Amino acid sequence: MNDIWAGLGSAFWLIVTGDPDLIEITLRSLQVSVSALVIASLIALPFGTWLAIRRFRFRRATIAALNALMGLPPVVVGLIVYLLLSRSGPFGVLGLLFTPTAMIIAQVIIITPLIASITHQAMRELWAEYHDLLISLNTSNWQRVRTLIYDGRRALLTASLAGFGRAIGEVGAIMIVGGNIDHATRVLTTAIALETGKGDFALALGLGFVLIALALIVNFAIHVLSRTEREGRW
Amino acid sequence: MTLTAKLKDVCVKRQHKTILGPISYDLNPAGITIVLGPNGAGKTTFLKVLHGVERLSSGHMTWSVSDDEARASQAYVFQSPIMLRRTVRQNLAFPLQLVGMPKAQIAERVESWAQKIGLAQALEVSAPRLSGGEKQKLALARALIREPKVVFLDEPCANLDGRSTREIEALLIKANEAGTSIIMTTHHIGQAKRLAENVIFLLDGKIHDSDAAASFFTTSRTAEAGAFLAGDIVE
Ligand SMILES: Nc1ncnc2c1ncn2[C@@H]1O[C@H](COP(=O)(O)OP(=O)(O)OP(=O)(O)O)[C@@H](O)[C@H]1O
Ligand SMILES: [Mg+2]
Repeated sequence: MNDIWAGLGSAFWLIVTGDPDLIEITLRSLQVSVSALVIASLIALPFGTWLAIRRFRFRRATIAALNALMGLPPVVVGLIVYLLLSRSGPFGVLGLLFTPTAMIIAQVIIITPLIASITHQAMRELWAEYHDLLISLNTSNWQRVRTLIYDGRRALLTASLAGFGRAIGEVGAIMIVGGNIDHATRVLTTAIALETGKGDFALALGLGFVLIALALIVNFAIHVLSRTEREGRW
Repeated sequence: MTLTAKLKDVCVKRQHKTILGPISYDLNPAGITIVLGPNGAGKTTFLKVLHGVERLSSGHMTWSVSDDEARASQAYVFQSPIMLRRTVRQNLAFPLQLVGMPKAQIAERVESWAQKIGLAQALEVSAPRLSGGEKQKLALARALIREPKVVFLDEPCANLDGRSTREIEALLIKANEAGTSIIMTTHHIGQAKRLAENVIFLLDGKIHDSDAAASFFTTSRTAEAGAFLAGDIVE
């Protein structure tokens, strides 16, 4: 019990004094997950919208595949990305393994299906509402997608935030492909795993608080968004 | 040149029930054409078929121009107005933005149409929050703002009070004089008499009768049309 109290105390101290390690690791976490978020959103938002409005042959199969991908264990994603990027793998020449880029790739694969799936749900509803009008106005496919994305922007932001929440808290995949290298690929989650193993509860708890704070901020943002959505403020 | 439509053996079936047709008809919509008929007669379906947004189960419908050109030169006001989740101003601007009209010109037209439908003070209000009647007026203005060759109106005055109805009728007459053909449904026989140049009377999904308004409302019709005009229940 004393260990924990001592750990809490020093964790608090690390945060208020702005410990350089803690700041470095936090910034890297943000860099990796925000990059993954931007890339995944660029893929998933248009794709999810397109999936909601286009009728094509393998639509149901595609949606089923999307849901299956959403349930893919991150560790397995990490393993696959590892194999692809390793020296002997097809992309080995790029030398990306154990770099932040590899971690971004893994996170993109993990959160893209999630964001696409939430987007698809929200856009299907909006499309049902707008369908007749947009058809009647003789809109091109591209104009339809753009209109839905614009008017569904709050729902899409919520989808992206959910993806970010998943990315920032993920540990299995980035541990494998990043290698948790000090000053190179160490992020919040992998550092917590390591420091806990070493018995350095102070740093582990300090990092944990930062992670919790980020998760809370994301959830709070989603909450505020859905409230302003109902009030139609923006 | 006004657009004309040709319907050949058009049938619309939904869940094994024929809800429209068979209809073979040559339509010259110049002027104002009123589609009359009791609830469930197939008026909405008929308008959607003409606009090319209803799937036909059999038969053909063609306009005197290509399908794409026809749709681009037409506008449609749905029976329950569809509001974009945007402001009144953005709703009015939307059809113009789609065709790439310059911003200054859009702003000008939006202002002038907002004035015409009495929503000039509500331009920044979110459209889904308007009253039922205001939504209907907005949907109408959004349809006419592109100056279409043909406009379909599915009960455009259903939720409007007397004064608004008169204002809308005046707008429609003006649009018609400016070259827009109007095809509309209504349940007000009075309104039909005020506006119609041609009447199409639908019953059970078929064109039961159609004629120039002058003769439709005066000379004696089929028993069913007569009963409908007299306000009796048509079985
Ligand atoms: N998708 C559908 N599936 C089954 N039946 C349908 C479908 N769409 C329309 N109908 C039926 O077709 C008939 C004609 O519908 P329509 O909406 O054209 O009537 P309407 O003349 O516009 O009636 P109202 O005056 O009430 O607007 C109705 O009996 C309706 O229930
Ligand atoms: Mg109807």
